[in-house]
Amino acid sequence: MEIFLQQVLSGLATGAIYASLALALVMIYQTTELINFAQGEMAMFSTYIAWALINAGMPYWAAFFLTIGISFVGGMAIERIIIRPVEKAPVLALVIVFIGLLVIFNSLAGWLWTYTIKEFPSPFPVGSPGGNTYIGFHQLGMIGVTLLVLLFLYLFFRFAPLGLALRAVAQNPVSSRLVGVRVGWMLALGWGLAAAVGAVAGMMVAPRLFLDPNMMGGVLLYAFAAALLGGTTSPLGAVIGGFTLGVLENLAGTYIPFIGTELKLAFALGIIILVLLVRPQGLLGKKIVARV
Amino acid sequence: MIGKRFLQASAIAAGLTFAAGAAVAAEYGPGASDSEIKIGNTNPYSGPASAYGSIGTVISKYFDKVNAEGGINGRKINFVTLDDSYSPPKTVEQVRKLVEQEKVLFLFQTLGTPPNSAIHKYMNAKKVPQLFVATGATKWGDPANFPWTMGWQPNYQTEAAIYVKWMLDNVDNPKIAILYQNDDYGKDYLQGIHDGLGSKASLIVLEQSYEVTDPTVASQMANLKNSGANVFFNITTPKFAAQAIKIANELGWNPTHFLNNVSTSVGSVLTPAGLEASTGLISTLYTKDATDPAWDNDPGMNEWREFMAKYHPKGNVANGFNIYGYAVAQTLEHVLRQAGDNLTRANIMKEAASITDLRIKTLLPGILINTGPNDFRPIEGMQLRKFNGTTWEAFGPVVSVDTSS
Repeated sequence: MEIFLQQVLSGLATGAIYASLALALVMIYQTTELINFAQGEMAMFSTYIAWALINAGMPYWAAFFLTIGISFVGGMAIERIIIRPVEKAPVLALVIVFIGLLVIFNSLAGWLWTYTIKEFPSPFPVGSPGGNTYIGFHQLGMIGVTLLVLLFLYLFFRFAPLGLALRAVAQNPVSSRLVGVRVGWMLALGWGLAAAVGAVAGMMVAPRLFLDPNMMGGVLLYAFAAALLGGTTSPLGAVIGGFTLGVLENLAGTYIPFIGTELKLAFALGIIILVLLVRPQGLLGKKIVARV
Repeated sequence: MIGKRFLQASAIAAGLTFAAGAAVAAEYGPGASDSEIKIGNTNPYSGPASAYGSIGTVISKYFDKVNAEGGINGRKINFVTLDDSYSPPKTVEQVRKLVEQEKVLFLFQTLGTPPNSAIHKYMNAKKVPQLFVATGATKWGDPANFPWTMGWQPNYQTEAAIYVKWMLDNVDNPKIAILYQNDDYGKDYLQGIHDGLGSKASLIVLEQSYEVTDPTVASQMANLKNSGANVFFNITTPKFAAQAIKIANELGWNPTHFLNNVSTSVGSVLTPAGLEASTGLISTLYTKDATDPAWDNDPGMNEWREFMAKYHPKGNVANGFNIYGYAVAQTLEHVLRQAGDNLTRANIMKEAASITDLRIKTLLPGILINTGPNDFRPIEGMQLRKFNGTTWEAFGPVVSVDTSS
């Protein structure tokens, strides 16, 4: 029983890692119907910016919010400068651009900050509530922050005029333009938001995983599975998908002997295939119908 | 007319004698001549493993020193080192270039297990020595199947066997938990632990593996703790080693904790993991450590410090790779001096396999390099060391475990 509880809580903590990056993936998917493969590397790069700011002597929270700001502007700049010229290109061309971005950010981080792992501070107290060995303050804080980001996105898309405009662009770009929404800038805004959400994810996971240029490589695969499981059009779905995946993966690894620890990744990828076969829109996603 | 014939015959005879004499005086394979010995190497000077590139650099600097002091038996070393980014396909490309275009006499210290695995068969098919490779995998010491390849450092199985030996003598009622990377490197160590335990393999209560793509080993660590083990073998690369040390501490699990040699850097593993959490870790060492005050006035280390100051002033003296590269280059220098004027590929291999009690002064006292036609494992001794919260402290004697059976 003790190990069951341990694995569930550890799974929730890992799930929060997947969920936070899955949220960033969903942000871009919502506005453009594309999965940004460079999302993880952008988040990793943002985390390095925060690390550099903190090392330069800036207090944690100042660095935290400044990094979010820099990432937001950076994300918009990437959309305006790199993605916009190929906006109308076939999907495959875009995928190549995303992979190019992935490699560029990864190599750039390695070149600037080397490949040795760096310690990244946590804003939460060291230790665990009541000295328990199941879940620490940082993991609880990480889960809390993920839920806060989700709440913020929910309110933003539900009530803020800008958020509503963004949704309108996603659903019907032509009509949106006719009623005066600036479609191009809305897409850039989507990228900016995704980069900002990714930055939060990076800064939350780095104290657990340690910061190095490949920090997000493995996470991206799981985040992708989480987003698909929950539905790539739903932020709530992405978060539920992340937590579910984290817990399921741990329990399968512990209790199903033939999966063990060797097939944990295969298990996550198996979920991707299963979801695509049985319910392509995911648990909470909505079907996208395109006229052809 | 007799006189003329006699002269002609004499001239021919003299010519033959001269040619025969030259053949006895010096024999050369590709890349060797009266003035030069050309040696090939690949190192990751770029990419994720570029930290290792400092080994290639320090070796180049060492040969600069050898050349400045007159070379080896009058010949200068031409060390051609190319970047392979630790990427096996690139290693293959660069090595073909070295062997087929540059026509080097042999390869020395090509770095990394995956890169060396990629060229292993090629080198042996071409019969070009792949000498003193920079990896700890056990498979480099296999003269029966790969007579052109030789390792240098103690291999992973030797290291694992040394931990097991110490553990059986010092831990009461051991119950063993193992975390290992699920690839050749991790399985090599795992094999060493199993071999070391022999009939006592049932002492292992749980083995857990991870993939390099796993974000975290939290789940594995929870299972290992839950197994009730009091001994933990941590067979992981730096990032996962730091995670495992940190998580064990968070879980309140305090087993006798063996950390493999690969991940013992204080700066890049133990500090991120937490120095307090790292206290008590046990590992091994075979070179002297420049940060250990015990070697402050050591003659061998002073020679190395002079070399660093004169030929490699930009190199970091706290970086153990600079001692490693220096020591392995000295081993090669010994082999080449021993080979004398017979610089064929076959003879280089033969000389490399006939080293007797070679003492390299930057290796720990008590470690002697020995090789033979059936022993392609130059260094087989290591000393245990424990982390005291600030530095590693060596303890006990140098232990040798013979795994070359």
